[in-house]
Amino acid sequence: GQIISPVMELKMFLLVLGLLVGTGSPDMGSSQGKCSESLVQGPQTQENRTHTTHSKKPFPVLSFGYDYVRLPFEISLWVLLASLMKLGFHLMPRLSSIVPESCLLIVVGLLVGGLIKLVGEAPPVLESNIFFLYLLPPIILDAGYFLPIRQFTENLGTILMFAVVGTLWNAFFVGGLLYGVCQLEGHRLVTVDLLSCLLFGSIISAVDPVAVLAVFEEIHINELLHILVFGESLLNDAVTVVLYHLFEEFSSVGTITVTDVLLGIVCFLVVSLGGIVVGAIYGILAAFTSRFTSHTRVIEPLFVFLYSYMAYLSAEVFHLSGIMALIACGAVMRPYVEANISHKSHTTIKYFLKMWSSVSDTLIFIFLGVSTVAGPHEWNWIFVVATLIFCLVARVLGVVGLTFVINKFRIVKLTSKDQFIIAYGGLRGAIAFSLVYLLNTDHFPKRNMFLTAIITVIFFTVFVQGMTIRPLVDLLAVKKKQETKRSINEEIHTQFLDHLLTGIEDICGHYGHHHWKDKLNRFNKKYVKKCLIAGERSKEPQLIAFYHKMEMKQAIELVESGGGSKLPSAMPSTVSMQNIQPKKPPQDRALPQLSKAREEEIRKILRTNLQRTRQRLRSYNRHTLIADPYEDGWNEILIKRKKMKELEKKISQMNNYLTVPAPPPDSPTIARARLASDPQAWGLKSATESIPSIKVDLASPQSPESVNIVDEIGMKGSQPKVSEEGGGLTMKVPSPTKPRKDQTTDEDNDKEPQQRLMRCLSDPGPAAEEEDEDEPFLH
Amino acid sequence: MGASQSGRVHMFQDLADKTGFSIEQINNLRNRFMYLTQDEDTLRREHLENISNLALNPIRRQIIEAFFDKRNLGEKEKGCLQEIGFEEFVMVLSFFRPPKPRTSDEEMKNIKKEKLRFLFNMHDTDNDGVITLDEYRRVVEELLSSYETIGAETAKAISDAAMLEVASVTVGQMGPDEFYEGITFEQFMQILKNVEIETKMNIHFWNLDKRTMQCGK
Repeated sequence: GQIISPVMELKMFLLVLGLLVGTGSPDMGSSQGKCSESLVQGPQTQENRTHTTHSKKPFPVLSFGYDYVRLPFEISLWVLLASLMKLGFHLMPRLSSIVPESCLLIVVGLLVGGLIKLVGEAPPVLESNIFFLYLLPPIILDAGYFLPIRQFTENLGTILMFAVVGTLWNAFFVGGLLYGVCQLEGHRLVTVDLLSCLLFGSIISAVDPVAVLAVFEEIHINELLHILVFGESLLNDAVTVVLYHLFEEFSSVGTITVTDVLLGIVCFLVVSLGGIVVGAIYGILAAFTSRFTSHTRVIEPLFVFLYSYMAYLSAEVFHLSGIMALIACGAVMRPYVEANISHKSHTTIKYFLKMWSSVSDTLIFIFLGVSTVAGPHEWNWIFVVATLIFCLVARVLGVVGLTFVINKFRIVKLTSKDQFIIAYGGLRGAIAFSLVYLLNTDHFPKRNMFLTAIITVIFFTVFVQGMTIRPLVDLLAVKKKQETKRSINEEIHTQFLDHLLTGIEDICGHYGHHHWKDKLNRFNKKYVKKCLIAGERSKEPQLIAFYHKMEMKQAIELVESGGGSKLPSAMPSTVSMQNIQPKKPPQDRALPQLSKAREEEIRKILRTNLQRTRQRLRSYNRHTLIADPYEDGWNEILIKRKKMKELEKKISQMNNYLTVPAPPPDSPTIARARLASDPQAWGLKSATESIPSIKVDLASPQSPESVNIVDEIGMKGSQPKVSEEGGGLTMKVPSPTKPRKDQTTDEDNDKEPQQRLMRCLSDPGPAAEEEDEDEPFLH
Repeated sequence: MGASQSGRVHMFQDLADKTGFSIEQINNLRNRFMYLTQDEDTLRREHLENISNLALNPIRRQIIEAFFDKRNLGEKEKGCLQEIGFEEFVMVLSFFRPPKPRTSDEEMKNIKKEKLRFLFNMHDTDNDGVITLDEYRRVVEELLSSYETIGAETAKAISDAAMLEVASVTVGQMGPDEFYEGITFEQFMQILKNVEIETKMNIHFWNLDKRTMQCGK
């Protein structure tokens, strides 16, 4: 495996490269026209062929018409290359643990670009159109749809401070200082005016979400830092857009007045709030649409993608912040859509988003590498080095200064370790590159120099910072993300805390964070949910929804892990509901009862015997039916049999009943799980009751033997369940034992275990197999 | 007038030292206390029940009870009071004070333990030191009480599952005939150790506006 795959991967790589280079792919963006041309030409040439009857050509059995498929073929080839690269890196674990994926992809891009150039063709450059319209939205949608809303809103103030004030500071610091350097340097750089420098500063100051995601995803840092850096990278888009347009507009004019600055501030508010509003509108539309999709489950994911993409495009039409629109759309629609769509659609959405964002991400980095080889460069040592230094210094100063102010308002202060990671995680990426690429060379004669400088900064941040951040995180012992699943206790207490803190705020007369959150939740529950969520789910409290989700997840996990044989080792406990039954106060029973101790004793004996018997039986198979009478196990079984007979005698003398737990009635959770569109849930309903006690306790009264006992007594509720399970092992949560008034069934009760035992002992074959299967759910 | 003023300042200083609030915060809280009790000296349950915003809170009963619970007031005895003074009011509220920026890890652990103890006391209504299944069930029912359509079985199922989880995580292996009494305080701390109580269970105390106190009703 390990030895062969790198070689195979290398072969695939070379093959794909060869194809790419051979086709000599020109600029991708402009080949659309060619494609349509060749489409038109196709039938014509065929016509020509049929019309020329003069020279009789042999009928072409095999012909070559590459132009027809050129464009889609090349696109597919590039995507294939990207995916193969991704595949390859994960086959080499040593490499991928040292170097982040983004670095490797850029290197691949450099290689491919170099090869193409060697062949003599012009390597394709990352067209800004393609980048902004096709490659960027999937990544942002993936991030926005799965944005952890709770942490995001809790830290919103901090994030906004970093995004807005931090980016502004970076832009002006870098721009201003660069202008100073340019002026000081003289001869080559003096032509660069202030506005160009400021524009360059504003482009390069924005932290890039693609790069941040690519690097931070691999280091599993704690949620607070992740959301701070990531949130900042998302929200600074508005600032970048405004600054970019502001400086671009006025670079042609040459000067900026105070009114322009004021208009710029207004523009910023319009751009950001407008983007959010557009996104929210589309989000609500998507949520509303999903309310009616119960009959057309298959296209549910499509609505999510389409509405989000439309939100992005609509925002871009008005030059609003498309990224913020996309985030707002995803975040707004998610709680309602998830309540409406089926589980399969949810999985589909998740996987499609991950797939697209992964492909986009890979393509972006490869193209960055290719463009580096291709792009017109103008290297100027002073400018580039100055840019790099100023960027780093600006980032550090900005973070430190802002944290000082922010910490006055935060409950959880940001430590210096946190500040270091935030500063160090400020990576630049492809957005900055594309923005520079869009610059008009007439207005900006030094565009190529800017390009070179930006590429250098991007390479530095991605390579140096990206590679070293992981060992630094380990070195500084920064808190990592907690891998534990959210337990139901934590959920209960989180909700409890919410209400508690709201209550305390009310008592103190203080309208704080929790008060407004509570008001929003109540508004949501009263009006919004009713509109946007279909049917019964609209009234479902969050706790219940969480509980269902957890049940579903665990049940599916159990099935996927192959049933009992590969149980998740996280829960090795043998605790079951039976252990937690509250001690009953002594009730007046109509019948004299066995003392509890005796009852327990009997139960224990029966159980241990059953358990041991079954363990013994497992070791038997068809070939050893006739066991060696001198074998130890056989003797033990004989002894057991004797004990059983004695016990039987003892019990028959007693005038009581064994309380056997009855299966609980169908709760709404079960009914809902059964009626859910996912047919698998129906078969799994028995599992849903018994989370998280997953260990199959063979010896407990929950075994099918006891269930059948109940069945024979005629408990109505158990009938359908038993017939479904059909004798496989089940795990049930028994309700508190019910006193049984039926005295005549005592004998049956007592006889049953023995009879079953006898059956087991006499016929080990099928029973043993049944035990071995350990497949309680699917039949 | 002057004597009582200085006396009050002296008392506030004591309180400030004991609870960790600042003098301004205690002043604000004093004003709020006076407002709630309508200038009486002691606070009773009716005063808290009169707060209209609190009426919408599903766990208001437990919140109000927490103020009168002797265990939260540092006393070793159990039971509850009928009315409390300003000092007790501030003491209960001090459980929600955010930790000062330069607290050591050791102190943070203590603070976390105190806050968890407060939560535990809220759940353990019969003062026996364990949260039994019934008590936990009641907690879940209260949380869901604002949703009319939820039946008792769902609350029961959730609380059962939660108890089961606690037992599984804390005790692990239990024989089929052993009984799990309830959640002790140590187990409570263990299952909630991932919820960062010391940072979450806080409210801001510096923003008390005279304005909001008038329209607090």
